[in-house]
Amino acid sequence: MTPNTSRPQEILRSGHAACPGCGLAIGMRLVLRALGRRAVVVVVPSCVAVVTGPYPCSAMEVPVFHSAFEIAAPTAAGIANAMKVRGVNDIPVLAFAGDGGTFDIGLQSLSGAADRNEDFIYVCMDNEAYMNTGIQVSSATPQFVWTGTSPAGNTRRKKKIMEIMAAHRIPYAATACIGFPEDLMAKVEKAKGMRGTRFLHLLSPCPTGWKMAEDMSPKATLTAVETNIFPLYEIVDGLEYTINYRSKGLPVERYLALQGRYKHLGPEEIKVVQAEADRTWADLETRSHGIVSPVA
Amino acid sequence: MKKFITGNHSVAEAVRLCRTQIVAAYPITPQTPIYEKLAEWDAKKELGGMMMRVESEHSAMAACLSASLAGARTFTATSSQGLALMHEMLFFAAGCRTPVVMACVNRTLAGPWAFWSDQTDTLSERETGWIQIYCEDNQEALDSVIQAYRIAEKVLLPCMVIIEGHFISHFMEPVEVPDQELVDSFVPPVAIPNRFDVDNPGFAVPVVSQKEYFHYRQLMQEAMDYSLGIIAQVDAEFRETFGRGYSLVEAVQMEDAELALVTTATITSTARVALKRLREKGYKVGLVKIRVFRPFPVKALREILDGIPRIAVIDRNISLGREGIFCSELKAALIHSPAPHLVQGYVAGIGGTNVDPELIERIVADALARKEATDGPIIMTEES
Repeated sequence: MTPNTSRPQEILRSGHAACPGCGLAIGMRLVLRALGRRAVVVVVPSCVAVVTGPYPCSAMEVPVFHSAFEIAAPTAAGIANAMKVRGVNDIPVLAFAGDGGTFDIGLQSLSGAADRNEDFIYVCMDNEAYMNTGIQVSSATPQFVWTGTSPAGNTRRKKKIMEIMAAHRIPYAATACIGFPEDLMAKVEKAKGMRGTRFLHLLSPCPTGWKMAEDMSPKATLTAVETNIFPLYEIVDGLEYTINYRSKGLPVERYLALQGRYKHLGPEEIKVVQAEADRTWADLETRSHGIVSPVA
Repeated sequence: MKKFITGNHSVAEAVRLCRTQIVAAYPITPQTPIYEKLAEWDAKKELGGMMMRVESEHSAMAACLSASLAGARTFTATSSQGLALMHEMLFFAAGCRTPVVMACVNRTLAGPWAFWSDQTDTLSERETGWIQIYCEDNQEALDSVIQAYRIAEKVLLPCMVIIEGHFISHFMEPVEVPDQELVDSFVPPVAIPNRFDVDNPGFAVPVVSQKEYFHYRQLMQEAMDYSLGIIAQVDAEFRETFGRGYSLVEAVQMEDAELALVTTATITSTARVALKRLREKGYKVGLVKIRVFRPFPVKALREILDGIPRIAVIDRNISLGREGIFCSELKAALIHSPAPHLVQGYVAGIGGTNVDPELIERIVADALARKEATDGPIIMTEES
């Protein structure tokens, strides 16, 4: 594939309020670029809502509704259904929520909407903790990670949100990250061409919360993919798994060493993280029957 | 057409007649039959709108308010715990200025668990920015839902139509269900703003400064004040179209009254019976029914009550640590009356306990004999 080097028209514009080097803002920019202008976007309290900017400014050139924390999914469903009853069928609704708004407080309403197969694209911008409130542990925080509310290291494993979403048998679920922008945008475009509940899980580095330099976000996600910490794959109808990229299978230390939030880990902990990454990849290979294919 | 139906069924009839486009709901006793009736019509393709069978009341209100922002006419119904779960979303719906209409079926809040009428659930939501209308019977429930759409869509505030659990929700009465054409002439097709225009994108409900927040609250207060006139006007038009109406406040035999009995909702019906008996016994008693609670109809109440020396307020609700909520509100509303009143609060019917005509007569006897009012409520039960 020849990369497209022409300068695209951005929907997330300069003047947004993200911190320097924010991986989430880059992710939003790519998602919106692929989504296009004829769409309605829902944001909920999270870094996403901060990025969009305070009144009277908006960094986004699409209609946006800043809804409440735990209701990204039913908000998007309400808008989508209202447009349907008003005879508008060609405008997709996309909801951005953080990991807290998805894995924790918004899980019930997301599950309800996914169960009803409501018609929207849901993008979880996963920066692996409550970064907007200043780095507190969520159920998306990986094991051993330092946060303000897990100062001795998180004792729980990261919740398997993709498996939860697949269990709802929704038409489409996929992982993506800014280290693989073509893959990310292809997934948004694919989701846009479908109906029903579509879920994208975006690993979204936070230099502040991950304790790394401001220029490290793309590299961190690249390394997360290459170490099988965060494989790129998609699930159609909750059953058909496809791995989208065969990683180099680098040791997890390469990923952990980039980030201060892991700096207290000893060899035993690293072994646990490695075993988890190995298991994740082996699981995926089983479920996808070894099929590795770019997004079709 | 006259139908013999429950209050819940009456509400559902009105929702369908108003051509509601989005219904999002979740079951809870004693509201569930509203949801079931609408779902039954949905299954038979007779509802007209779209039904969202959501996984909680919180999501029901989330869906209603966002659909409303997208220009759709919306409805939900709930009770008690469900309303309490919605609390956050009630502020949000009002703050977004969405004309969502909701039927609330009064029920006790746990704990302990109980399922009977008690107004404390809806009165606890008085600060949320919702218009609140308390209904006395099944006919008023149906009619108030129809009025609610007109009111809410004019002032862009959400509106609660409140009926008492079981006493209205499940009791059957003959109800005049108006013809579709007549309702269509009264409630025009929805024409509220669509906030999500892709050709003219804007940002709905952003983060604002302290001053801006204050300003938005001020605008909502102005809308509430303005809505008083609209509620009265819609009711007057309703009376012309349908031949019946309710007003903000209803006064019965107040012309020569020395004591005003102030009631709401179904206790009013019982009080009408008690009033007849009391009048026959020669007591100069009148009845005042408060129908609209938010906005609070201060002027309408003062016009009726300013010259009345004694007032007895019956509340089927209690603000724990104070008294019945209608009583507190009424006392505050009368603070500028030229002559002082003896206002005595009575808390009765809590938990859905019976308030019969005899109990009301005892309340009147107590209020007439009283030298001065107590600061707290007098608790009245059938036994004491």
